[in-house]
Amino acid sequence: MQNIKEYQLIIVGGGPAGLAAAISAAKSGLSEILIIERDKYLGGILNQCIHNGFGLHYFKEELTGPEYSKRFIDLLSENKIEVALDTMALNLENTEDWRYVHVMSSSDGYRVLRSKALILAMGCRERTRMNIQIPGTRAAGIFNAGQAQLYVNLEGYMVGKKVIILGSGDVGLIMARRMTLEGAEVVACVEVMPYPGGLNRNIVQCLQDFNIPLYLSHTITDIKGRNRVEQVTVQEVDQFGKPVAGTEIYYDVDTVLLSVGLIPENELSREAGVEIDPRTSGPMVYENKETRSKGVFACGNVLHVHDLVDFVTEEGESAGHAAACFVQDGGCVTEDANIISIKTDSNIGYTVPQQIRVDDVEKAVRVFFRVRKIFKEPSRIVFRDQSNAEIASFKRPFMFPAEMENVNLPRQLLDKISGTELTVSVEE
Amino acid sequence: MVQEIICIVCPRGCHLKVDPENDYEVTGNSCPRGVTYGKAELKNPTRVVTSTVKIKGADLKRCPVKTDQPIPKAKMQEVMQLINAVDLEAPVRVGDVIIENILDTEAKLVVCRDIG
Repeated sequence: MQNIKEYQLIIVGGGPAGLAAAISAAKSGLSEILIIERDKYLGGILNQCIHNGFGLHYFKEELTGPEYSKRFIDLLSENKIEVALDTMALNLENTEDWRYVHVMSSSDGYRVLRSKALILAMGCRERTRMNIQIPGTRAAGIFNAGQAQLYVNLEGYMVGKKVIILGSGDVGLIMARRMTLEGAEVVACVEVMPYPGGLNRNIVQCLQDFNIPLYLSHTITDIKGRNRVEQVTVQEVDQFGKPVAGTEIYYDVDTVLLSVGLIPENELSREAGVEIDPRTSGPMVYENKETRSKGVFACGNVLHVHDLVDFVTEEGESAGHAAACFVQDGGCVTEDANIISIKTDSNIGYTVPQQIRVDDVEKAVRVFFRVRKIFKEPSRIVFRDQSNAEIASFKRPFMFPAEMENVNLPRQLLDKISGTELTVSVEE
Repeated sequence: MVQEIICIVCPRGCHLKVDPENDYEVTGNSCPRGVTYGKAELKNPTRVVTSTVKIKGADLKRCPVKTDQPIPKAKMQEVMQLINAVDLEAPVRVGDVIIENILDTEAKLVVCRDIG
């Protein structure tokens, strides 16, 4: 058996979540930290996000993706954080005392590393044509929006001349503008839901600025083309999502970009036995981002898909700090009987964290969630315990599924809860 | 003629109506910020342009760039043509100026990533 190199903390993934986690853990006192990154560069998806708008919350200024990640990458060396680039994490193992990480790289071959704490920061992947089952031929010219973004922004290849975009998620909207600026014609953006999937500012600056029509409650029902995409059929859908006959619109395009959702990338987590929440497709976590597997933490898009990198950074910092506390002071102090589970009503899709260990909460717990429909009128987010007593409530003038919400639950309120369940609901 | 625009100041996305013939009067807003946005968006809409330029002498083939301040929306395509004609040589650092005073807008085209 070769020598197993030991660290206090290993972080899988060098995107915004992993970078923030590493720096935060170092500031909280850890000195042996390793970031494992499969790409040749740190920064993750930010490297191809060349548009601006990052950092409005965190830095109070608008940065491009590469500028945002540089702010963190520049802090690594002064915090003595080790980085293994071009290195793939193959497998994770969790034992009582150590987290083992099996890695592979062309420079060092196969190695086994271990650490006291592990942070999952692998990000997410795009859903594909196969995930949404669009009928038609298997012609070339069908790309995920983020994949096209990589080709255009990092490799310098244009992916098409006449483009239709399915899905109004932010990546799709950003690519509508990008393709237009680079000389392509974007004929339409098609969204199956009755409301846009992306942020308002992107609808305005990426579609309206270039007179690109947005078809809500529409979808692509057929793709034709022998070698390359030649024609796409767009149809209106009814309230059940079924295409309405007679509403067909035909577009002669050579390229289809799909922006149809993101899935947290948890193959490694699953193999390591980390419990996954089917609602987020990310690990179930406690108040400090620790998963149900002791010493394993998660943050960023691997935990739940975010729309703003600023919140990914904050989540990374929180996980990094918690991992440092775990290494220095040992595990949590809350007994199993005192763990509170957060349930949701039908208006709320999920919460992160899913569970709170009240005795381990320092001051407050920030709870993130998404609503499942549009609330245009003022409404209240209400937390009730098992005796139906109102523990906390928060007013919101409006809420949208495209915008992640968060509220802060102070420790003193958590101490008042009777029972082991807290239900969060929206009351109009 | 009264124009309808969506306010992008906050996520709410109010549908503003702006009347250029009546001193750019804004209606449909929920807060004062909507008035400011509505007037500016019709009088002189501006945008930051971000794109990439070719770069030689490094692993990466493209370097991200941006205008360091918003430029008039109407000049976006013209700025893109200038950007497309740029050939950089590594190394470059974030903030390096590639073009000064683009199209007399006072904006500079700057590098957004350390390369080489």
